[in-house]
Amino acid sequence: MIEIKNLHVSIGERKILDGLNLTVKDGEVAAIMGPNGTGKSTLSYVISGREGYDVTEGEVLLDGENILGLEPHERAAKGVFLAFQYPVEIPGVATMTFLKAAVNAQRRSRGEEELQTPDFMKMVREASTKLGINMDMLKRALNVGFSGGEKKRMDILQMSLLQPKFGILDETDSGLDIDALRIVSEGVNALRSPDRGFLVITHYQRLLDYIKPDTVHVMAKGKIQKTGGPELALELEKSGYRDYVGEAA
Amino acid sequence: MAARQETVARVEEIDVDAYKYGFTTDIESEKAPKGLSEDIVRFISAKKNEPEWLTEWRLEAYRRWLTMEEPKWARVDYPPIDYQDLYYYSAPKSTPGPKSLDEVDPELLRTYEKLGIPLREQEALAGVEQRKVAVDAVFDSVSVATTFREELSKAGVIFCPISEAVREHPELVRKYLGSVVPVTDNFYATLNSAVFSDGSFVYIPPGVRCPMELSTYFRINEKNTGQFERTLIIADADSYVSYLEGCTAPKRDENQLHAAVVELVALDDAEIKYSTVQNWYPGDSEGKGGIYNFVTKRGDCRGKNSHISWTQVETGSAVTWKYPSCILRGDNSQGEFYSIAVSNGYQQVDSGTKMIHLGKNTKSRIISKGISAGNSQNTYRGQVSAHRKAEGARNFTNCDSLLIGDKCGAHTVPYLESKNASAVFEHEATTSKISEDQLFYCMQRGLSEEEATALIVNGFVRDVLQKLPMEFAVEAQKLIAVSLEGSVG
Repeated sequence: MIEIKNLHVSIGERKILDGLNLTVKDGEVAAIMGPNGTGKSTLSYVISGREGYDVTEGEVLLDGENILGLEPHERAAKGVFLAFQYPVEIPGVATMTFLKAAVNAQRRSRGEEELQTPDFMKMVREASTKLGINMDMLKRALNVGFSGGEKKRMDILQMSLLQPKFGILDETDSGLDIDALRIVSEGVNALRSPDRGFLVITHYQRLLDYIKPDTVHVMAKGKIQKTGGPELALELEKSGYRDYVGEAA
Repeated sequence: MAARQETVARVEEIDVDAYKYGFTTDIESEKAPKGLSEDIVRFISAKKNEPEWLTEWRLEAYRRWLTMEEPKWARVDYPPIDYQDLYYYSAPKSTPGPKSLDEVDPELLRTYEKLGIPLREQEALAGVEQRKVAVDAVFDSVSVATTFREELSKAGVIFCPISEAVREHPELVRKYLGSVVPVTDNFYATLNSAVFSDGSFVYIPPGVRCPMELSTYFRINEKNTGQFERTLIIADADSYVSYLEGCTAPKRDENQLHAAVVELVALDDAEIKYSTVQNWYPGDSEGKGGIYNFVTKRGDCRGKNSHISWTQVETGSAVTWKYPSCILRGDNSQGEFYSIAVSNGYQQVDSGTKMIHLGKNTKSRIISKGISAGNSQNTYRGQVSAHRKAEGARNFTNCDSLLIGDKCGAHTVPYLESKNASAVFEHEATTSKISEDQLFYCMQRGLSEEEATALIVNGFVRDVLQKLPMEFAVEAQKLIAVSLEGSVG
């Protein structure tokens, strides 16, 4: 379970999150919707520990433990996973090498034994097949020259290998065509489980047709403005965000 | 949240101090008196029982050297060197000359073992699964042991200390010595010609593919001793050889001078692959001590269709001045230069290559990867030229620089000169920093900042690492991680 309590975050002088509260239970899929520039991506970076954000107040608890003091890789090992809006290219590093390095780094952090190559390969082969990822692609440098859809699928592959406690999807639908959207969503749905929570960040209702949320939060002006069930997303699709942003936006 | 800054700081502190080859060996040595004069040159020559022509050759170099000035054009900065305050000859006392391993001082063998070169084991394990590598070990001024000689000689390959080659194969040495790097070439090469102590000699006869990797390990042990080794490799027609050199030195507060000369000659259809893993002591975290690595390396593709490739992984030395080059004389000959130069602490690297196209349809390829961290300065300097007869000459150059932290510098200085309209030269260069995006992405997947940096750097240098013989590629990869991270070893 992730609990975000009274979170205040600034970048330099600019206040981005202004007393945000949010709880996502294990097994729950929570969607956050909101207009551009309202701090949705900031929230995902602050949870996962990116540098450059000043947390001036508040806590982020993962299963009761405040993770704000931890390095990004320590949070990752505890089960925080972020699927990026723009997955990053790493030239010269074969995707397979990267996957193995990531899986084993997390296992080491948790005091588990590293996976041997045959076991690891078997695991990757199974997970890749489900996502329609060709094994040849894993020999290529990570994300280099991949299409938008391939990059997103690669992120979901990483999620399925790392088996996080809590997954954040940051506008995973951006840049995806319908087919890619379906494949990626199926990948996420396959990972839904009673002991794993998800936070799905999106602008559009469309993604939520594929990944059905349990709760929907409307975020604006650095905090959660309204919480409801899936029907809230449909409502937003019609009315837009103007009720929440006010004239200031 | 200052993890990145911290790592940068840690890298600055640890790396250079973590130099694990910094031990000294307590061994009695025989030295020539300090300083340089005609007498010292004669002394060195006499020590090695050299024929008169070579003594004269050295003296001529010495006289020439007196009239020369140190080159100043490189982007490096170091206090003036007092050439009279150095020893020009030092030999471990118990080993007046190379002989069988059993006669070598066990202390020396232990030194090489510490360096990861178990000479004895290599011989013992001969023929068992392991790929064989013949090793020539040079300690200060003399070669102390050369392995696998018998087996090599069956194939007709000569692999021995150059001092021995002078005695045993004078016709070859006389024909080729100084034929690629002339005595008058440059200040350091001329100095080397006057006082060179030892080094390796290789001759591959026509049509022979050398049955194993050849390798030389250089070790500077003595204080205030210059090391001036001389390597000469001749690949006769249609032959092939792959050669690797490795270098280490103890940690000392004083700077030590290393001014080597390497000459390669490839005749018709011959190929030479020359790889270097250079890990001389780089100095401490304040920039004190370390090796001055002023080296002249040049290959002559003398025959048609000949091929020379230089691969270097440079992580050590306080100051590096080094441009392994190819003279593409034979028609259709090819030259390659693959380089990884890592600098950290206060290291200064000015390195690159020269590709001189003389023959028709000659090709050259340059891939240079410079990685700068700490307060270091890393310069790629490369010259590509086509003579007016070099019809159809082609060059491709790619130099990429990667910066870690914000106190280091990367510089690219290409010189292109073509006197033949049909020559095609391509030059690509990039300079980048390890991006925050890349680091965060890797860390979000569970890699620590150090692991992430090492992974990204390894990706950056991969094209070049692949050019190294397999077992050395692994070693080089580790070495790069150590010189940047300091957490290993």
